[in-house]
Amino acid sequence: MMLDGNAIGGLLHEVFGTEMTDAEATCATCGAVGPLAETVVYLRGPGTVVRCRNCSGVLMVISQIHGVNCVDVGGLTALDPHRAG
Amino acid sequence: MSSPVSRGFRHLRRPSAGEEGRVPPGQYVTQGFPVLSAGPTPHTPLPEWTFSIRQGGDTLKSWTWPEFQELPAQTVTADIHCVTRWSKLDTVWRGVSVDTLLGRVEHDAPYVLAFCDGGYTANLPVKDVTDGRAWVAFDYDGQPLQAEHGGPARLLVPHLYFWKSAKWVRGLELLDHDEPGFWETYGYHIYGDPWREQRYAGD
Amino acid sequence: MARTAVRGRLTWQVATVTSVAEETDSVRTIGLEVPGWPGHRAGQHLDVRLTAEDGYTAERSYSIATADGEPVAITVERLDDGEVSPYLTADLRAGDELELRGPIGRWFVWDTSDGGPLLLVAGGSGVVPLRAILRHRQRSGSDVPLRLLYSSRTLADVIYHRELDQYRDGAQVIYTLTRSQPPGWTGYSGRVDAAMLAQIAWPASQHPLAFVCGPTRFVETVAEQLVAVGYPPGRVKTERFGGT
Repeated sequence: MMLDGNAIGGLLHEVFGTEMTDAEATCATCGAVGPLAETVVYLRGPGTVVRCRNCSGVLMVISQIHGVNCVDVGGLTALDPHRAG
Repeated sequence: MSSPVSRGFRHLRRPSAGEEGRVPPGQYVTQGFPVLSAGPTPHTPLPEWTFSIRQGGDTLKSWTWPEFQELPAQTVTADIHCVTRWSKLDTVWRGVSVDTLLGRVEHDAPYVLAFCDGGYTANLPVKDVTDGRAWVAFDYDGQPLQAEHGGPARLLVPHLYFWKSAKWVRGLELLDHDEPGFWETYGYHIYGDPWREQRYAGD
Repeated sequence: MARTAVRGRLTWQVATVTSVAEETDSVRTIGLEVPGWPGHRAGQHLDVRLTAEDGYTAERSYSIATADGEPVAITVERLDDGEVSPYLTADLRAGDELELRGPIGRWFVWDTSDGGPLLLVAGGSGVVPLRAILRHRQRSGSDVPLRLLYSSRTLADVIYHRELDQYRDGAQVIYTLTRSQPPGWTGYSGRVDAAMLAQIAWPASQHPLAFVCGPTRFVETVAEQLVAVGYPPGRVKTERFGGT
């Protein structure tokens, strides 16, 4: 299912230990900058895939493996909490 | 700590008596057909669609959509098992056996990497996509495969977790090593046998 | 296990259902007693987790339908092929426990200090967080000009109808019905489009702030149209709803 970063606000808080929907993300593929709330999020799959709204590049993948959140943020060049807006 | 039970909450069915033995451990049976994706649904026009067998940077064989439709096709009834824990029984597909496709090239590669529109990939041993174990499917339930379910064509490998049945497949890359695909890279099992509950790397 | 008392930590906790109220044939508002609730901002949501007897769990997110200072409530639309919403809209009853965590969200939120004028655009159950914004504005005595454009299929599908009809004092609610309209209907008909927005949206020159909420396709169409009439993308906040 395709939603936006608001839909994973709880999961992001779990992973990063703080509220992250307004964190400013910089895409490693195209350089676009924006809040995680506005990213394109694919849910209910094996993992959660967070993509850049501008270029569709993968920003972040969160998989829950044996109860542990495993996060790959290789698609981001920057992630700044509480910076956007 | 376990979650408190929600009074009266029922969910996807556990397997019934007749289904025991058909449903791998940890799975629930669904009547629906959930749509799960890792990215936007591609829409390659059929005149531009090809299916290719590649190796080492070369295309060994390629079919256009009309050429692909000329290949012998089979109707397949299979149970499918998603790593997110739903299973769907007796799904009916129509597709070209991967034996037919790989049979048209000379190779001795032990592994393949399925590649797809949108960039998704899934890796498999060649022996798991031959001997009648895999198809490139273009019909589901008597109808052309819908885009959200992987149409115009997807890989179908029912004996492994369904993330290996790559949607929007455009070809197979022959490799001499087992190259992790999309979900395998993010921690999912390199092989993915639902009967041994191989969901995650190291299981 | 004791719930952590550290403020700001998001932990699962057990709430009690205090009330259930049918808003429409398929929509229900669930009132909750949440121990230690820290308060919330308009637009925030909470996550709900259901657990079956065999340990199977399902999680979903629902927008908080009330303003800070009011009892916490969520409004849930029943989706026929859903896994969680049929349970919440039919089986759940007052006195039941519901596991949840929240409040969640720091982007799709409105505080009175954010100002306006405010343009709220709702598609179906997307009205829920926008109603929280309306209630917060009213409770805090804010006079920020507000327009809510609310798209529903039919009049019977309009959630909070009586309440929305009572807004005055700078808060204007405008309805559009997309599937059928009752005899004598004087509101809009059909989907929200550029022409409708041109009549309703605050001019970009007034530096408005927009909140758009509803199904993914609705949100993207409306957001695109607002940007096309000059709203800076950063002044159009979006929240997409979907699924079960």
